[in-house]
Amino acid sequence: MIFSRRTLIRSGLGIAAASAMPGFAYAAANTPRRLVFVIQRGAADGLATLAPTGDPAFAAARRALADETAGGLKLDAMFTLHPALAQSGALFGAKQAHFAHAVATAYRDRSHFDGQNMLEGGGSRPYGREDGWVGRLLTLLPAAERDALAIAPAVPLALRGALPVGTYAPSRLPQADADLIARLTALYADDKLLHSLWDSAVKTQELASDIGGNNGRNGAELGQLAASLMMPADGARVMMVETGGWDTHSGQRGRLAAQLRGLDQLVGALQAGLGPAWADTLVIVATEFGRTVEVNGTGGTDHGTASTAMLLGGGLEAGGKVSADWPGLAPASRHEGRDLKPTRSLESVIAGAVAHHYALDPKRVMGTLYPDA
Amino acid sequence: MAVQYLAANRFGLGRRWDDPATGDPRDWLTRQIGDYDPAPPAIAGLAGRGAIAEAYVDYQADRMAMRREANDAAMSDAEKGMDPELRRLSRSEIRRHYADAAAARLSAAVATPTPFAERLVHFWANHFAVSADKIAVIGFVGNYENEAIRPHIMGTFADLLIAAVRHPAMLLYLDQAQSFGPDSDFVARARNRGRRQTPGLNENLAREILELHTLGVRTGYTQADVTNFAKALTGVTIAGLGRGPGQRLMPANAQPGETVFIEPLHQPGAQTILGKRYGEAGAEQGEAVLRDLAVHPATATHIATKLARHFTGDEPPASLIERLAADFRKTGGDLPSLYRTLIASPEPWAAAPTMFKSPWDWTVSMMRALKLPALGEKQNVPAIFTQLGQPVWRPGSPAGYDDKVATWAGSAALMQRVELASRIAGRIGDRADARKLAPLILTDALTPDTATAIARADSPGQGLAMLFASPAFLRR
Repeated sequence: MIFSRRTLIRSGLGIAAASAMPGFAYAAANTPRRLVFVIQRGAADGLATLAPTGDPAFAAARRALADETAGGLKLDAMFTLHPALAQSGALFGAKQAHFAHAVATAYRDRSHFDGQNMLEGGGSRPYGREDGWVGRLLTLLPAAERDALAIAPAVPLALRGALPVGTYAPSRLPQADADLIARLTALYADDKLLHSLWDSAVKTQELASDIGGNNGRNGAELGQLAASLMMPADGARVMMVETGGWDTHSGQRGRLAAQLRGLDQLVGALQAGLGPAWADTLVIVATEFGRTVEVNGTGGTDHGTASTAMLLGGGLEAGGKVSADWPGLAPASRHEGRDLKPTRSLESVIAGAVAHHYALDPKRVMGTLYPDA
Repeated sequence: MAVQYLAANRFGLGRRWDDPATGDPRDWLTRQIGDYDPAPPAIAGLAGRGAIAEAYVDYQADRMAMRREANDAAMSDAEKGMDPELRRLSRSEIRRHYADAAAARLSAAVATPTPFAERLVHFWANHFAVSADKIAVIGFVGNYENEAIRPHIMGTFADLLIAAVRHPAMLLYLDQAQSFGPDSDFVARARNRGRRQTPGLNENLAREILELHTLGVRTGYTQADVTNFAKALTGVTIAGLGRGPGQRLMPANAQPGETVFIEPLHQPGAQTILGKRYGEAGAEQGEAVLRDLAVHPATATHIATKLARHFTGDEPPASLIERLAADFRKTGGDLPSLYRTLIASPEPWAAAPTMFKSPWDWTVSMMRALKLPALGEKQNVPAIFTQLGQPVWRPGSPAGYDDKVATWAGSAALMQRVELASRIAGRIGDRADARKLAPLILTDALTPDTATAIARADSPGQGLAMLFASPAFLRR
C-alpha cells in the first residue's frame, strides 16, 4: 500500500503546527460548541471494549479472550473497561465519558461497507441515502457552529449534505478513498476473479490503516491534528476522524489492545488540544456493527451485530454512566444465536446526545438526522 | 464478441481519445504491418551506444575510485536511505539513459498510430528478454529494444534473433562478452603465462538461446549441443567498455558500444550441434547455427505457442498454435506472414477479453484514453512501473515476464492500480467526462453495469477512476 497512517499524521503535523500560530483567540464566553465524530471502520468489538464481566455467560463464551479486560477499570457491577482505555476511564470518573452498550444501527447484515453506509448515511437500508447524518445535522446548527471538516481525502458520506464540507488532506493520503473502494466492490461483485482479489486487497488495506501503530502514538497524533484544526477562531466546529483496523478476525488480544490504546490517546490528545473548549465539545465514537460473542478458531471474533458507542466531552447528559438494556450473553439471548442482541438503536443514542449538546428539540434532531427511521 | 475492444486492446494498446472509428478491425490491424515506423519520433533523440558505453566506463571509474561519502555532493532525501552503491548508480549517467529510454518507450506507445505493431515490439523485447538487474546492462536495455528489436519485427525471425543475440545488452546480460574458446589463442596464451584463473567458456547465452529464444525447453538438445553451441558463439564481445581480457585485442577502429568479433577469442575448429557439423570459420560459424535454429520446427512451435498465448489466453487453442507453426515452417519464419495469419484466425476473436492487462498495457491504455497528460512532467516513469510490479526492461530473468492472467492479477496489484487510477483521475478532475469517454474507449465491451456505475459516480474524477478500474478496462 502506498500510504500509511503514520505518513498521514507525520505530514499533517507541519501544517497543523503552522495553523496553531499565536494570535488566534480562545473565545472566552459563549464558546462555540464542537462535535467530533470518530468512526471505527471495521466493526469494533464492544464486548472487549466494555466487557460485561458481570454477565454469568461471559467467561464461558469468551474463553481465552475472557481476561482481555483484566486490570481494566470496573465501571459498575456489570462492566469492565478495557485496560488500554486508561484516559477514557479517567474521563468516565470525571463524568466526561458515557458508554452505551448493546447498541446497533438498523442494519442487520454483516457487510462492512453496507454497515458503514448505514452508520454514516443514517438511512434505513444500505445505499438508501446520498447524504449523511452529520451533513443533515449541519442544517440545524447556527452559522458559527457548522464549519465542518473531515480528515480524509474526500468528504465521507456522514458529512455529505446540503452544506459545503471541507476535507483536510495531507499530501500522501490514500488515493483510493473508501467511497471509491465501496463502489468498486459493487462493480466487481459479479466478476469472480476481481471480486476475490478485491476482497483481499480491501482487507489488507483495512489492516494497514490502523491507529494502533507506534504504541498508540498514531492515535495521539491524529487527535492532536484534529484538535489543532478545530482550535483557531475560523477553524472547524464539526469534525470527522477516520479510524480503521478494527476488523479483528484473528489475534484479537494484541491487535485490539493496540487499537484501543490508539483510540484512547486520540481522545486524550483531543481533550488536551482543545483545552477549555473541551467543556463544549462532544465526541461520538461509533462503529458499523459489533462482533460475535464466541471467539473463533484464530483467536479473534467475526462480524456480529450490537456493539458499544462512546460519548465523551465536558458537558454530557449522563457522564460517568453506562447505559444498557442488557440482553445477556447466554446463547438463547443472542441475536441469531451468535451475536450480542441490539436492545437500543445507535441512531437514538447519537440523536439524543446531539440534541442535548446543541440544546435542540430531540424529536426534530431525530427527524433530521434519521428521517427514514 | 467485443471485436472492436479486442482489436483495440488484445491486439493494440487501447483506443486513443482521438482515434477515429476503426471500421473493419482486421483491415485496421493488417494495415499496421505496412505502416509501422521502427524509429518513431519519441525514441529518435535517445543517446547512442557510444554514449551509453562511456557512461558505463565513467560509472566503473567512479566505483573504482571509491570516493568517500564526505566528498560526495549533497544528498537528496531519496538518496539518504540508499546504500552507497545504489546512490552512485542513481546518480550515474547509465541510470539516466535507462530512465530516458523508458520514458521514450512510454511516449511512443501512447502516441503510436500503429498500436498492434507497438505491442509486437513489446512482445519480442520480452521474448528476447534482457534484464536491467546487471549494472552493465542497465544503460543498454533501451538501446537494445530500439536497435535490435524494433528494426526487425517486420522481417524474418532469423534476423530478429541474430540482432538480439549480437546486441551488447544481451551479450553482457548472458555473459557472452566474457566467454572465450577454451582452445582459442587468447586462452592458450593466458594458460601459458600460468595465470591462476584462466578465462574460458560461458554457456549461459547458448543455453538460453536454445531453451528460451528458439527451440524451447526439453525439445531434445543435449548438454553437448549447448557446449558446442557456446564454443561456436565465442569471439563476440563489445568495444569500449574499458575492461575485460578482450579489450587489448580490440581493433583500433572499433567504436565504444559496438559489437565486434575477435578471432583470437574464438574457439577454433568445427562444431557439431543437433547432429549437424558446422565447419564455418570465425563469426560465420555462430551465425550459421543461429540461422538453422531460427527455422527449426521446434522453434516454429515454440514461437507459435507464445504468440498464440499472448493473443488468446493462458491455454491457447491447439488449432491456433498449429496454424501459426505451419505458417512459420512454410515461410521460414517470416514474421509479417505470421501476424497476418494471427489476425485472420478466428481464435483470438472468439472469446471475451479474459486476459488481464499487464501493468504496462494497463497504464499505456489509460494514457492513450486521456487527452490531457496523465502524469506530471517530472514524473519518474520507471518508478510507476516498479510500483505496479512490472519494472521496465527488468523482468529479473532471461525468460522475461510471464504471460498469464495469474502473473498480473494480484490483490495488492489491483489496489495499486486503483490508487494510480484515482491519482490520475484526481489530476484530470472534471476536465474529462468519463460518461462520454467510456463508450469511446470500451466500445463494444462497455457493460450496462459499468456505464451505470460511472454515471452514478460522485464526481467526474471518481467516474474516470471507475472507468480505468472497470472489469473490462483491466482486461484485454
